Amino acid sequence: MLALDAPVVPPSARSRAAQGLTAAAALGIFALQRCEDCGAVQYPPRDACVECLSARLRWRAMERGGELLSETLIRHGQELYFRRRAPYRAGLVRLDVGPSTIVALHRACEGAPSRLRLRLALDKAGQALLIGLPEKDVPDMADDPIIRETTCAPRARKVLITDVKTRVGRAMAEALVAAGAEIVWAGFAAPWKPSPHLEALRALGPVTPVPLDVTDESSVRELAGGIGGKVDILINTAEHHRPGAIASRNGIETARAEMEVNFFGLLRLAQAFSAALKARAADGQASSTAWVNLLSARALSNDPAHGTFSASMAAAFSLAQALRADLQASGIRVLNVFPGPIEDEWNALVPPPKLSPEALARTVVDALERGLEDVYPGEVAKDLIARFLENPKALERELAG
Amino acid sequence: MSSPVLTHLVSDIVAGRLRVVDLTHTLAPEFPPIVLPPEFGESAPVRIEEISRYDAGGPAWYWNNLSFGEHTGTHFDAPIHWITGRDQPNNSTDTIPLDKFIASASVIDCTCEAAEDADYLLTVSKLREFEERHGRILPRSWVLMRTDWSKRAGDPVAFQNFDATGQHTPGPDVEAVRFLIEERDVVGFGTETIGTDAGQAAHLRPPFPCHALMHGAGRFGLQCLANLDLLPATGAVLIAAPLKIRQGSGSPLRVLALVAA
Repeated sequence: MLALDAPVVPPSARSRAAQGLTAAAALGIFALQRCEDCGAVQYPPRDACVECLSARLRWRAMERGGELLSETLIRHGQELYFRRRAPYRAGLVRLDVGPSTIVALHRACEGAPSRLRLRLALDKAGQALLIGLPEKDVPDMADDPIIRETTCAPRARKVLITDVKTRVGRAMAEALVAAGAEIVWAGFAAPWKPSPHLEALRALGPVTPVPLDVTDESSVRELAGGIGGKVDILINTAEHHRPGAIASRNGIETARAEMEVNFFGLLRLAQAFSAALKARAADGQASSTAWVNLLSARALSNDPAHGTFSASMAAAFSLAQALRADLQASGIRVLNVFPGPIEDEWNALVPPPKLSPEALARTVVDALERGLEDVYPGEVAKDLIARFLENPKALERELAG
Repeated sequence: MSSPVLTHLVSDIVAGRLRVVDLTHTLAPEFPPIVLPPEFGESAPVRIEEISRYDAGGPAWYWNNLSFGEHTGTHFDAPIHWITGRDQPNNSTDTIPLDKFIASASVIDCTCEAAEDADYLLTVSKLREFEERHGRILPRSWVLMRTDWSKRAGDPVAFQNFDATGQHTPGPDVEAVRFLIEERDVVGFGTETIGTDAGQAAHLRPPFPCHALMHGAGRFGLQCLANLDLLPATGAVLIAAPLKIRQGSGSPLRVLALVAA
């Protein structure tokens, strides 16, 4: 028997060409294909130009404006997901860049004809969805069914941050409180090691410190037993990082410690927390909604000055993809964050620019509020992902120094 | 050929005339580990990961994979643990002569001093005072420093007792260690805290005397002991054999004490 509030997601089958929309939505970019030969902008995504049949179609960021030509109120749907959400507004929009398309309309959009802005967002199935927004923001923009369905705002939600004994963990907790989280469970390991960050957080009303050592399965299970059924957003900030070339150190104990936290820690959390998270994905307005992994841009291509750390983050990245595949079926978003070097003691020898923990935390909150899936915060990370996508071999050589 | 001593030993245990006291904390992930500054290598913590528990992984059996550093839980320090003991003969857990694992124990009650001062250092005069009341410390015996610190084990913060200046736990001073080695020929020194040395022993000269001098003289250490309050001042016999780890610098172990009922 399917419980009434069991998570149901929209149909997710897409052509390979259409995954280009998903890729753009995952990053929060509004992109469409444009023909390299005749310049025609394409929609829906296709393999050959609708005007000249050229196969040279490239994804490019586009102007977001459009004209609402007509709208309709959809009261029934064949798919279970849409049946549950009816009635909802759908509109026919002519994009300023050319094509016309059907979009989901924000409640504050005026009737046709009117101007609006378009957004590419990820729906509950993790696939791209075009949304029409009013041309100018209105109060409580986020208070709209289609926005709620496509974002993971922390407001009024219960959040677990797995390690707050670092500047990053503390900044994350403070940013979540500022974003209106109802509860922030603040994980801390090794209680005998004093932490100014944990102490500072105790003063914040929504923050509740909880013992959690991601290297200890019994500790992870214990906490999951206590609060696992209430966590709406899990933010994994637990990280172990020791810089150095792989030949600079004897033995594997440091590398093992990095793997224990960065890789196995994530796996233990996934095994203990994901089932309840999935089960509560359709649990009213304050449902469970997201899982955030603080990874590293070093996961993309190994930075040999941080050789074993990079490797552990690459392993964690791969695991995070598996976690995403698992959670996606229930509509839980997995947000992977790939910062460049962060201002902390383990990047002390890395020259600036470095990302401040506070800026990182703001970026994560922003990404949750926009419903993104992959984030490269800071200039270094943006530069690395651009170089990686353009030529991974070149980046490997460049990082080898 | 049977020995009447062994026969009596077993019959006294069976009849309850001898009690067996467990001086061991349960080996568990939450028991506080030794903490070094982050620039040093760290001991692996105790981890118990289930292989199966009458489930798909093993329908009729329960078992775990176990991992830990050599110096976790109630544990034994072999001379090879310290650089001063590296050239001692038979200095590792696999080569120490077995007879040294069974020895009598003197229990020095320092509970009042430790309660007043977490940095309390056991002195020669305290040892002489003990001997005046209980008799001379025997050669080849253990000297155990009772502080009741083990009663803090349920509270890891109090057990570790860190502040901004580091760890604050009691231990022996330099002269007491020298006295026990050179004038009493002990087999080793045992504590209830996380080290045989005091928390602030890095500031003594030499630093960490119980490690540097004891191990340098081929003697042993026992730490994180429990239930010392159940032992008489003298007369208990300890059975404390570490795991036979090749070139082992120490190991968690079960420490048993035989005492008259």
